[in-house]
Amino acid sequence: MFSRILKNTFKQGFQGILRNRTMSLASIGSVASVLIILGMILLLILNINTLTLTAQEKFDEIYVYLEDDIGDQRIEEIGNDIKSMDGVLSVVYQSKDYALNKMKEDWGEDGDLLDGFTENPLPNTYVIQLEDITYSEEVLVSIENIYGIEEIKYYKEAIDMLINTSNYVQIIGTALIVVLLLISIFIIQNTIKITVASRRTEIRLMQYIGASNGYVRGPFILEGLLLGLLGSIIATIVVLNAYDYLVGYGNQKLAPLLSFNFIPATSISTDILIIFVTIGIGIGILGSIVSLKKFLNV
Amino acid sequence: MIDFRDVSKIYKNKFTAVENINLKIDEGSFSFIIGKSGAGKTTLIRLLIKEVEPTSGQIIFNGEDITNLTNRMIPIHRRKIGVIFQDFRLLENKTVYENIAFAMEVVGHNARIIRREIPTVLSMVGLSDKANNYPNELAGGEQQRIAIARAVANKPKVIIADEPTGNLDPETSYEIMKIFREINKRGTTLIMATHDRAIVDEMKKRVIELKNGKIIRDTREGEYYNVF
Repeated sequence: MFSRILKNTFKQGFQGILRNRTMSLASIGSVASVLIILGMILLLILNINTLTLTAQEKFDEIYVYLEDDIGDQRIEEIGNDIKSMDGVLSVVYQSKDYALNKMKEDWGEDGDLLDGFTENPLPNTYVIQLEDITYSEEVLVSIENIYGIEEIKYYKEAIDMLINTSNYVQIIGTALIVVLLLISIFIIQNTIKITVASRRTEIRLMQYIGASNGYVRGPFILEGLLLGLLGSIIATIVVLNAYDYLVGYGNQKLAPLLSFNFIPATSISTDILIIFVTIGIGIGILGSIVSLKKFLNV
Repeated sequence: MIDFRDVSKIYKNKFTAVENINLKIDEGSFSFIIGKSGAGKTTLIRLLIKEVEPTSGQIIFNGEDITNLTNRMIPIHRRKIGVIFQDFRLLENKTVYENIAFAMEVVGHNARIIRREIPTVLSMVGLSDKANNYPNELAGGEQQRIAIARAVANKPKVIIADEPTGNLDPETSYEIMKIFREINKRGTTLIMATHDRAIVDEMKKRVIELKNGKIIRDTREGEYYNVF
């Protein structure tokens, strides 16, 4: 008996999808679109967060660029001045030659480009590590007053901006996703409504005879589930392939400049698949249930 | 078997369909419910099959209080009742055999029982040779007999027929009544709502007459019009 009910459910479920192909395609398309946009927002947020973390690790330091024409003695004096300030954990001197070599290393293959310089354009630098981020203002003001300093680079503002951007993307993204989810639930609900209408007589009869609610509902829920599943599979394929392409492109062109690598597509493909399929099936089933409650009263 | 205790049903549009109905129907009995359109016959049936909830009062069915059934219990309750409609309600895209099989599958009978039961019920209504016909190939009376076979196949305790002869000529109606009498003789309780005076007078069964939602007459072996 169980297997026959299952057979009936599957038969009716698939028939429902085939019976109104246009609406089924619209449903699958809407689920896929929602998930593709969700994927884009998700990947954007993930990458911004990783970028922020990398940046925080790398740039939680103050770079003090020294003027080129001051002598070694002055350089040492400046170093000692900074060391004596409150809140300074350590001060490391990087000569301009060291900086150039390090840059060549970081750029890897593209490092050859730097050989073109006849004169090293990079400044001598003190890299300051703070005991705590709260000392930053104080230390910055003190350093500004020292003679012989060309520029102070501190990345706190950039990091704050990244965090802000990430927050905005999350808020707007969540709102957008909620609206899109509701739209696709609505579209699926209408698709199921059409199947309900085309089988109305049969369903009324089943209800009079005493078919259990599950028996009546099963095929419709399955229809919604399949629509959601198909939509989520399409979205997974599109998002992962598009992202893989973009990451390849981005890592090649942008990563050396940002000293940051995008999260590789392979490391998130399973997560994306699970998230998409879960949400897709969820949308489908929810759409069916709403439709059944509305039009069938079961 | 069936016991309506002070049952009233007021629809949402304030229409009082039935009012203070007290009615007992014994197991194995045969009762007619008569009255004009809007008198409350259909509401009484809808209350019995739990299509609507009573506004007040209590309904007992087969020793069980069915006044408030959960959604889950309603299908279980309906399996004890076979309903026959004026418009037959056969599925046009299924053969006679498939129509009956469908009704049995829906309530979970297995294939072996279905194969065994269908020839029995078809022969009972005298349509064994029509198993592979589609409903629209049959006359109205034959379609109604298929609907009866379908109701009987699930072995309900009660059969409720709502104007079953409303669309049929007198001769065909008479055939239908013979089948009902037969089913009733085998112990199934029968309740039939009708306008058909000739049938009621002929059958000499209990007559419950409704008017404006109230029972105005209840006689054993009655006739369509009150002779007193």
